[in-house]
Amino acid sequence: MKTLILRWLPNGRRTVIGIPFTFLLLFFLVPFILVVTISFSQQQLGVPPYTPLTTLKDDVYSIALNIGHYKFLLQDDLYFATYISSLQIALVSTLLCLLIGFPIAYYIARASESVRGTLMMMVMLPFWTSFLIRVYAWIGILKNDGFLNQFLMWLGLISAPLRIYHTNWGVYIGMVYSYLPFMIMPLYAHLVKMDLTLLEAAYDLGSKPWRAFIEVTLPLSKNGIIAGSLLVFIPAVGEYVIPELLGGSDTLMIGRVMWDEFFNNVDWPMASAVTCAMVLLLLVPMALFQHYQTKVLEESKR
Amino acid sequence: MNVQIQERSAPAAGRQGKGFVQVIDVVKKFGDAVALNHVSLTIEKNELFALLGSSGCGKSTLLRILAGFETATEGKILIDGEDLARVPPYHRPVNMMFQSYALFPHMTVERNVGFGLRQEGVPKNEIAERVNEALDLVQMRRFAQRKPHQLSGGQQQRVALARSLVKRPKLLLLDEPMSALDKKIRQQTQFELMNILNKVGVTCVMVTHDQEEAMTMADRLAVMSEGEVVQIGGPTEVYEYPNSRFSAEFIGSTNLFDGVVVEDEPDHVYVEAPGLPARLYINHGITGPLGMNVSVSVRPERVLLSRAKPQQPYNWVQGAVKDVAYMGSYALYRVELGNGRMVTANVAGLVLSQGEAPSYGDEVFVSWSESSGVVLTK
Ligand SMILES: Nc1ncnc2c1ncn2[C@@H]1O[C@H](COP(=O)(O)OP(=O)(O)O)[C@@H](O)[C@H]1O
Ligand SMILES: [Mg+2]
Repeated sequence: MKTLILRWLPNGRRTVIGIPFTFLLLFFLVPFILVVTISFSQQQLGVPPYTPLTTLKDDVYSIALNIGHYKFLLQDDLYFATYISSLQIALVSTLLCLLIGFPIAYYIARASESVRGTLMMMVMLPFWTSFLIRVYAWIGILKNDGFLNQFLMWLGLISAPLRIYHTNWGVYIGMVYSYLPFMIMPLYAHLVKMDLTLLEAAYDLGSKPWRAFIEVTLPLSKNGIIAGSLLVFIPAVGEYVIPELLGGSDTLMIGRVMWDEFFNNVDWPMASAVTCAMVLLLLVPMALFQHYQTKVLEESKR
Repeated sequence: MNVQIQERSAPAAGRQGKGFVQVIDVVKKFGDAVALNHVSLTIEKNELFALLGSSGCGKSTLLRILAGFETATEGKILIDGEDLARVPPYHRPVNMMFQSYALFPHMTVERNVGFGLRQEGVPKNEIAERVNEALDLVQMRRFAQRKPHQLSGGQQQRVALARSLVKRPKLLLLDEPMSALDKKIRQQTQFELMNILNKVGVTCVMVTHDQEEAMTMADRLAVMSEGEVVQIGGPTEVYEYPNSRFSAEFIGSTNLFDGVVVEDEPDHVYVEAPGLPARLYINHGITGPLGMNVSVSVRPERVLLSRAKPQQPYNWVQGAVKDVAYMGSYALYRVELGNGRMVTANVAGLVLSQGEAPSYGDEVFVSWSESSGVVLTK
């Protein structure tokens, strides 16, 4: 009896786990369930702009799930193309971030201890200004008579301005620029704690520097690469601002579709269905990563 | 005795041939700080050579120059007659066992050991064969599929040893090989390591700050201090005939008496030490003028304690027992002389059991034979 009472009293462990748990429940799960419910309702004119799922009529309580929006998602080529294009843009952006971010993180991690802090500070400096303003600024740089084209023409490298603004190129540039710090930070964290005698050991055993990099440095920063890639990929898939401001009308991304459905068509149920599909799509790589992480953890415990 | 003294002053001559590894007048500076100051060494083939010295004396720096991780500011390194100055670490016929072992955490034991062979492009089946051979040598074949973090410290050390031997280097470098091990298994590991090294027959330079380790394992050793080599010789030679106060105090413990030379003949020396009741007599000659300031080193185990005044007119002092520490097979006595100085004496267990051993507070005479003292001029 006493143990039963004790079990329900708050203890330290339960409080520590409980607070973030409650937070996630309230601010993530509940809104998400709302979105899921809306996706199964129907559009109507009024407030709210969708019909309720449940009705009580003549003592009959009925639940009506409208799967029409999901059917439409699967049937309409435009949505499918949008998903593919979102994943592709996010994937290419992630790879570009990795290719550019790795050398930067590597250089900072191998710099002398006194300058490392300053360099990381510079990586994070852009966060001090609004994201929106920074992306706006890129319009000024990328547009046909913008700084970049003027500069290249002044150098004589090109005779006619490059069309970057309002194309996928503009989106890639914006994505890499915005998400690069999220790639650099986990990579840096892994590279900086790497034991450099391992590299000496590799050289000592006859490994040339580039091979030591491939066989020792790269595998040891694998978790940093995975973490950085997820931190870039996941928000990039749902990105709205960058494709809206820098992309062309033919730049298809889920974020824009959601926006259009919500605000232009006031079709909340359709927008919710698009959102749910996107979350499902993102859950797959996340779950794979989680699975992989636990496997690594278990292995190291054995 | 005289002959040995002569040999001590020129240790490089007699036993040594051309030298398999030659360190010639090496200087290493980090900015203004001098880490190695004109170091010269010759190491014979299949010899286990120890660099011994306290922390910061430059041992690791010399080892890293041999491995190619640092370049000497001045001087030359020859291995088997080849000048290594311009050879990068990955082309040197040298392998190192790191103090922290530096095993690759993401590779199994097998892949760790095979790493060096894969870099050389050795055929796969030969790699497997040589890896197994190396793992057998250190008795780690059973653990071939484990990752380093699944091994104990001693097992990791053996994997590291196998990895550094598998390429059959001309020179093996060991950086503080025992420092990461528990004290308990250290001694046993020392003998195992020596056995393995003898079996494969490899020239080996070992760095250590532990004089017992150096004395146990090394064929010869170099005592280093502040970037300079103080003395080179076999363990017994360095222990029995230290060439300087530093050597005498660093290797084992000793009693030092400072004094001046008052008589120097080819077969003996008299040293007068202020504050001592008798003169010091040593039965070998030294090179140096009369009146020179010297120290006489007498090892604690060479010292006799007695209640009666010794017969001999020299090599004795008088004092009171201040401290007795029983060490099992022997007891360590600390005797305070009239002038406040302490003399340490080891008294064997046998003497103690005969019941006449002095105890705390007793007035005793401390004496030693004419062949027990060593005159140190540096
Ligand atoms: N990379 C370095 N930069 C500057 N000084 C160094 C460096 N490596 C070693 N030293 C200095 O050289 C001296 C010898 O160091 P080391 O060879 O590591 O000593 P030991 O291994 O005998 O303890 C020390 O004073 C140390 O501070
Ligand atoms: Mg050291």
